[in-house]
Amino acid sequence: MFSLIAPLFQRLYDETGLNFIIFYDRYEYDRFVSGIAISLQLIFWSILLSLVIGVLGAWVQTSRSRLLRGVVNGYIQLFRNTPPLIQLLFFYFGLGAFTPQVDMGGYYEPLISSFAWAILSLGIFGGAFNVEIFRSGIEAVPKSTAEAAESLCFSRWQTYAYITLPLAFRISLPALTNNLVSLAKTTSLAYVISVPEMTYTLNQVWSDNINVPEMMLVLFLFYVIIVSLIAAGLHWLEKRLALPGYGR
Amino acid sequence: MKTVRPFRIDAEALSSFLPSRAIRGWQGLLLLGIFLASLAAAQAQGVAAPQTPSAIATLIEWMPFILKGFVLNLVMSFLAMGIATVLGIALGMLQLSHSRLLRAPAWIITHLFRNSPWLVILFVVMLLVPFEVELPGGRNLILSDWIKATIAFSLPVMANVSEIVRGAIVSIPRGQWESAESLAFTRGQTLRWIILPQCVKRAIPPWMNWYALLAMATPMASILGVREAVGNAQAAMEAAGARPELLVPFYLFLLLLFFAYIYPISIWTRAIERKYAVET
Repeated sequence: MFSLIAPLFQRLYDETGLNFIIFYDRYEYDRFVSGIAISLQLIFWSILLSLVIGVLGAWVQTSRSRLLRGVVNGYIQLFRNTPPLIQLLFFYFGLGAFTPQVDMGGYYEPLISSFAWAILSLGIFGGAFNVEIFRSGIEAVPKSTAEAAESLCFSRWQTYAYITLPLAFRISLPALTNNLVSLAKTTSLAYVISVPEMTYTLNQVWSDNINVPEMMLVLFLFYVIIVSLIAAGLHWLEKRLALPGYGR
Repeated sequence: MKTVRPFRIDAEALSSFLPSRAIRGWQGLLLLGIFLASLAAAQAQGVAAPQTPSAIATLIEWMPFILKGFVLNLVMSFLAMGIATVLGIALGMLQLSHSRLLRAPAWIITHLFRNSPWLVILFVVMLLVPFEVELPGGRNLILSDWIKATIAFSLPVMANVSEIVRGAIVSIPRGQWESAESLAFTRGQTLRWIILPQCVKRAIPPWMNWYALLAMATPMASILGVREAVGNAQAAMEAAGARPELLVPFYLFLLLLFFAYIYPISIWTRAIERKYAVET
């Protein structure tokens, strides 16, 4: 791949001065590829964590205990109404200061790396929105469905897992698409705790090579592609899961 | 369609009196509680080293400085929202223009800024817009960092306002256009006197929602050296000796500060949303 595009971009630079160094310099290319890999991992894991939190949180919100509901409600309001940037800083610097250090043979590394803190923090942030989304999806499932399940001797958890959730998931997919796309974009904030994802990597590249406009273009393209892929994937899922006669 | 049944208590209409609403109050208190608990913990740590002031004393000492930064956050959010609203409404209407030449660029601009992270847009504006702009009169206009950041924050909001406006206009039933046309209104007149007034109600809740998101995005400016609340808090921690026990109380204070501002807005937004909910 690299040897294929390198001469082309080298010539582009020589002839027009457009310096896409990440496509013809081996070192910068490797940096770019690792930036993509870390960004994708960050997006994948934080989306996964946010979904898990969303499903569990929405389940707890259907519980009979007012205390549990209140706690989840408090969590949602806290994380929805504070800036994700400060949440990241708080998790990484505030709580990170208390996590134990691990002896790596000569030097010490925190047990939870900045990458892991980014996943945790972004996942918890996105999860707060997902709980609300799933909850409104669950509320939209007709009561009679759950009653029918109950009459078939499904337990509360079984009703939730096999009946309510699959239906609620379909109803909440459009809103979920929006939130996951916005979460994917928010992962660029991991820059502030120096996770070497795309924004951070390209920032280093343009600091080293003074080719800001070209790298900005690459950065824009990267996020536009990622966002389009996620949106397209979820729209495909929406179509695939559509039940005849259910929803729009 | 909501059906009204006689002799049945309408839970929705009564909801403001039901106890579930009372839970709201203690959500705010919960954060305050965590904050105070962390202060107590920080205080306990501070006891070990009596010669340095405790974390709370440091926080209180620097609080005016951080609040001064927060004022800049508010100013940036107001200005950016103003710019975004004006440009967004124009862009939204262009998206519905009959001329393809106007429609296509408006669509591209809207989707480019809607789908890029705030941070990337911030970098673009901060690094590529010149520090000084020469006005035609020969005078130089200096664009300081916070003004550039304000412009950067207004762009994604502008794109989203554009979508809100477009969505609101599209959601008005076709019959409204047709009846206006039969009354000999021109397209512009219909838009101005009939369609847009109806859009306001539908567009206000999402518009407020975006204001909240914008206000929560302003701390990003600190990454590029604008001295707003987060930047000031970090500077204050540095000045107070960069002690690790300062981190939790300072960042929690920032969270609380934003929460105290954003939470009422989001409650208000939901109230307006319920009030204006269009019955379909």
